Amino acid sequence: MRLSERIIEKMLVICAAIALLGIAVIAVFITKEGWPIISKIGIKAFFLGKDWTPTKGVYGIFPMIIGSIYVTIGALAIGVPIGISCAIYLAEIASPKVSAIIKPGIELLAGIPSVIYGLYGMTVIVPIIRDLFGNQGFSVLAGSIVLGIMILPTIINISKDSIEAVPKEYKEGSLALGSSHWQAIIKVILPSARSGIISSIILGMARAVGETMAVIMITGNSTMIPESILSPVRTLTGNIGIEMGYASGEHQKALFATGIVLFIFIMCLNLLAKLIPKKAGA
Amino acid sequence: MGSVKIRVKDTNLYYGNHHALKNINMDIYDKSVTALIGPSGCGKSTFLRCLNRMNDLIPNVRIDGEIQIAGNDINKYDVILLRKKVGMVFQKPNPFPMSIYENIAYGPRIHGTKNRSKLDNIVEKSLREAALWDEVKDRLKSNAMGLSGGQQQRLCIARTIAVEPEILLMDEPTSALDPASTMKIEDLMENLKKQYTVIIVTHNMQQAGRISDYAAFFLNGEIIEYDKTEKIFYKPMDKRTEDYITGRFG
Repeated sequence: MRLSERIIEKMLVICAAIALLGIAVIAVFITKEGWPIISKIGIKAFFLGKDWTPTKGVYGIFPMIIGSIYVTIGALAIGVPIGISCAIYLAEIASPKVSAIIKPGIELLAGIPSVIYGLYGMTVIVPIIRDLFGNQGFSVLAGSIVLGIMILPTIINISKDSIEAVPKEYKEGSLALGSSHWQAIIKVILPSARSGIISSIILGMARAVGETMAVIMITGNSTMIPESILSPVRTLTGNIGIEMGYASGEHQKALFATGIVLFIFIMCLNLLAKLIPKKAGA
Repeated sequence: MGSVKIRVKDTNLYYGNHHALKNINMDIYDKSVTALIGPSGCGKSTFLRCLNRMNDLIPNVRIDGEIQIAGNDINKYDVILLRKKVGMVFQKPNPFPMSIYENIAYGPRIHGTKNRSKLDNIVEKSLREAALWDEVKDRLKSNAMGLSGGQQQRLCIARTIAVEPEILLMDEPTSALDPASTMKIEDLMENLKKQYTVIIVTHNMQQAGRISDYAAFFLNGEIIEYDKTEKIFYKPMDKRTEDYITGRFG
């Protein structure tokens, strides 16, 4: 092999290694910073403790775990039906002209900074909820709606690609048996695209769990376990984002510990996405 | 000679500006096998797909003329009923990625059969008719993608039969199969024509000679000659037919 090629190859390897190194450094760093406080408080007290009062040195993140789960479920409840429907529409029904209008819109949706989503939630969604339900507006519901919109591009794009990857012979086979287009979609095309659609949902979930700024701006951030979808809520990401600015000492370490939990959440979701079989019908 | 099942009158088809089928007139007879032969790109498959209106799926296709099935204009049929009546088997076996049982039950289900024992009967009957039952009866629940190519194609035939069509369209059904599987399907066609009107597109002259009762020779979107198979093969009227059959071109 020529020397220049060998050098290029080595450089590419180094670049790939840097990406890997990045994740390793982050993992080591937050573990090193956060773990001592978890072991001091006790795993059970930290994870299942319902009280988060840094001023008294009480660190229980159970409300935030529940908060993240609630808001994520809410976001999926809103984003998954809309996202998959939109993917079906784009892949199967829309004319090329209509697609050409919708696709850039979706790409734009993916590119909007999350703080803008937060602003929109704060000034539009929150007041609507306040007027409708007479609560303070900042709530699980508000967070779910905004996150539901934020995860749409992930779900739409990945689902659409997997629907389009279904061999057209399946569709023809179904139509030739006298099925309607809709029956072909529901009974043959979607089941064949199942693995890609599930992956899209998991990746959307990871995005919802990890979102910080927009969530802080619209969920109210109370450290109580929410009683209903109209109650304010604080997520794991919100917990770190709000308090890191002024926290010090043990309090700061407890926030790193929150980061560990978040890290584990995201890793599990990514692992899950990897485990989904890629092939249709497998 | 049986009664006329399909009557094609003055049919033209255009893909955009391309005149793909030119003035097709053809009577296709009930309970017989009609072979469509001719070189690649001559319009045989396009013609076949007119009969169950699969060309409707392609944008920019324009068809004029009239095609009647049992005396009724196919454009006046509900397309779903038409395709139930006119089944189609494709060149590449295309079983759905689900179990063997579900593949067969798919058609009857979408047409409203829900009763489990009825479905069981249809599945067994269809698989028997397609000469596949003995090979798969112990693994109806396993995925159809695990079958061999020849088995998959017979499964597709069984799937088509399961909705009780009157006409079977076959678009080069054996071109992706090995000789042994091809022979099984040819044997099968002997039986199928007792119940169905079979129209088959094939590139294999021996196959057309072996299995068909009538044969139509297509060239550049026209029917050059259409007659009983033995006539087409042994006493062709047109020089071009003779050249093609004897392998001088195509």
